Amino acid sequence: MAAGVAAWLPFARAAAIGWMPVANLPMPVAPTEKNKRQDELIILNVSGRRFQTWRNTLDRYPDTLLGSSEKEFFYNEETKEYFFDRDPDVFRSVLNFYRTGKLHYPRYECISSYDEELAFFGIVPEIIGDCCYEEYKDRKRENAERLMDDQEDNKDAKLPNMTFRETMWRAFENPHTSTMALVFYYVTGFFIAVSVITNVVETVPCGSAPNQKEVPCGERYTVAFFCMDTACVMIFTVEYLMRLFAAPSRYRFMRSVMSIIDVVAILPYYIGLVMTDNEDVSGAFVTLRVFRVFRIFKFSRHSQGLRILGYTLKSCASELGFLLFSLTMAIIIFATVMFYAEKGSSSSKFTSIPASFWYTIVTMTTLGYGDMVPKTIAGKIFGSICSLSGVLVIALPVPVIVSNFSRIYHQNQRADKRRAQKVQKARLARIRISKTGSSSAFLHSKRNGLFNEALELTNSTEDEQRLSKSTSLLESQHHHLLHCLEKTTNHEFVDEQYYQQSYLEAGLQNYPSRSPSLSSQDGVTGTCCTRRSKKHHTPLPNASAPAHMQPLTHTHTHPQGLQELSTIHIQPLSTSRSSLNMRVDEPAPLNCQSSQITTAIISIPTPPVTTPEGDAHLPAGPTHQNVVKVSAL
Amino acid sequence: MCTPTKRAQWREDLQHFRKDHGISKKVLLNCCLVRRIITWASPSPKDSVEDELELSAVRHRPEGLEQLEAQTRFSRKELQILYRGFKNECPSGVVNEETFKDIYSQFFPQGDASTYAHFLFNAFDTDHNGSVSFEDFVMGLSILLRGTVQEKLNWAFNLYDINKDGYITKEEMLDIMKAIYDMMGKCTYPVLKEETPRQHVEVFFQKMDKNKDGVVTIDEFIDCCQNDENIMRSMHLFENVL
Repeated sequence: MAAGVAAWLPFARAAAIGWMPVANLPMPVAPTEKNKRQDELIILNVSGRRFQTWRNTLDRYPDTLLGSSEKEFFYNEETKEYFFDRDPDVFRSVLNFYRTGKLHYPRYECISSYDEELAFFGIVPEIIGDCCYEEYKDRKRENAERLMDDQEDNKDAKLPNMTFRETMWRAFENPHTSTMALVFYYVTGFFIAVSVITNVVETVPCGSAPNQKEVPCGERYTVAFFCMDTACVMIFTVEYLMRLFAAPSRYRFMRSVMSIIDVVAILPYYIGLVMTDNEDVSGAFVTLRVFRVFRIFKFSRHSQGLRILGYTLKSCASELGFLLFSLTMAIIIFATVMFYAEKGSSSSKFTSIPASFWYTIVTMTTLGYGDMVPKTIAGKIFGSICSLSGVLVIALPVPVIVSNFSRIYHQNQRADKRRAQKVQKARLARIRISKTGSSSAFLHSKRNGLFNEALELTNSTEDEQRLSKSTSLLESQHHHLLHCLEKTTNHEFVDEQYYQQSYLEAGLQNYPSRSPSLSSQDGVTGTCCTRRSKKHHTPLPNASAPAHMQPLTHTHTHPQGLQELSTIHIQPLSTSRSSLNMRVDEPAPLNCQSSQITTAIISIPTPPVTTPEGDAHLPAGPTHQNVVKVSAL
Repeated sequence: MCTPTKRAQWREDLQHFRKDHGISKKVLLNCCLVRRIITWASPSPKDSVEDELELSAVRHRPEGLEQLEAQTRFSRKELQILYRGFKNECPSGVVNEETFKDIYSQFFPQGDASTYAHFLFNAFDTDHNGSVSFEDFVMGLSILLRGTVQEKLNWAFNLYDINKDGYITKEEMLDIMKAIYDMMGKCTYPVLKEETPRQHVEVFFQKMDKNKDGVVTIDEFIDCCQNDENIMRSMHLFENVL
């Protein structure tokens, strides 16, 4: 319940008089205010600056420092005020939260000091209003990255007792940790360069014999090039295998981009070894050699900038996608237009729409090769429009990509998007929980209330004291209001899961032979037995009851949360409750005093029903066909 | 074509136009396109001025404390507390129906309280001007919290009588009942069925409608309630609120 509307609770309760004439049941008793205080001003002295507010304002959020009795620790007897030795500027935001129900984050505040103040006053930062939440999260992320940067610099201290494997992995990841690693790093770099240069030089035409045409060097010095290639591939293979051995998680390593590049780089050589003799696949083999150029990507291990570029492209995937999409749209449109415009002219190169694609692309990227030009006037007009729009379409997403790159470059790239998503989910989850908190709070307090009543009946007071949490007066009044509504309509609030199961039950009304077994929800306290058993107690028809008859669906009398497996007829509150059928040899108060979750499990008239998770149930005799298992956890 | 009032106005005009001329929809659409373009191209200046006036008129200040004290049964302090809460939630000084529904719905998170809030709003808005000012609010509360049983029953009758004709018909009662059951929401035990509100209305009418003429008058209502012990007791339930 939001803070502001707490002031309207008296109105809502007064309006409940409108339900009274239609209600058929008597209403529950209203909660009395035990110590009704007149609303008074209290003074909060924060490092000398005095804030004053009504006591009721602070009571709106009873789970924070100021709203609970925790503030009494800070009460100063002489000056009759509450003194906090904290930052008064941040306290302004905190107090405004109580007044307006919205928490704002001031931009000029340092994020860590703000967080500290919130933690001190017991306020969860997730409830920062939408107006300030983006800013807060951005600042928080930057701060976290800064901290991680600092941490990373400290991580290079050598830890004792590292296994050989771990040493190797560290050597691979951070070359400057030891000399061996550095040497290895440079050697691999050198061989990558050699391999790439070899690939390139292979195709250069060398000098030739006078009467033959020019041959590329690769064919002239086949053996030399082959030896060079073999040497490089050997080094790469050894390196890959060593990395694979040292990797802490081999599966993850094998899935990483760099290892895939490694594999792709060395695979063509091995494939080539295997199938040199076969003539048909030599064409494919030649194609495979193209993949050797991927070795150049191995340089990205050596260059930070390359990695950042790759990461930028990955993180700008949506902008790139948009660029591609809009370009495709424009290309198709203009190609079609040009084709139909040029259709009339003879000897036109625009033979089909796909043929016009080439013209469109060349024009839009302002290349203008000139191999295809429009000849008709309409074609020229549309061609000029095409080139003008091309500039626009391409220029639009580029600044986004550029700014992204610079941002990542400056922050030295982190995988922050993934983390931000998780936090966002957590935030939404928390907000959702707090929203459903009000409705579940009511159900919770109902269970507590009934439990207290039951305990009163069995005279065990110590449990009662333990369980009766002090809900604030506001909450108890709100719950009383909801209770009145229940009585008016003769129906009860239950939570979602329970409702779904009882809905299923309503559907299964016509099948007397089956009743699924259900278990109770979490956190349900309740003593089912004693209270209701005094009202209606139907003796347990034992195994003598034939299975096809009315199933022993023991409608558990506990009204909320626990499973109420209806009988064939679902009847309104007052009549359908039969008592919990317990095991005959079990004394009634036992469950109550166990003061724990009790669940009633309905049996299926089939062999021993499995009670759902986690019950330490007391199995009834296996001979009983229709058995009630009461489990006290 | 942004503000809802303009749009509503336009739609109204459209309906009148169609009715008057009996024109088919297709022709009308074309015509409307032109009209729409014209309206968009040249927004009429007089509407904006009216909007401004409307905004400033909405700021409402209540009568003085002494007058309210005289008219209601609240003490000065209680009026102060009430006004502070009221003003906090509605800084402009009046509650319109939307805000009213929002506020009331916050108390019933599981169900949909908007229909019942609508009826409540009409019950509080005694002068039917579409907004509840602080005076309306406090007068209503005075009856509910400090009034005699007669007055409270009167108020309840007024709430049920949707068209304020002095009779509660079965349809009106059914609307109210559905609104109340809506507040329960979906997740109830036992599961809410379609005919539950109707049955409840039947029970109500059996109890209240003495001469079986299908409507409940104010006298029948008050008589019957005064004879019912439960109802009498529940009328005193909220007396210590505030």
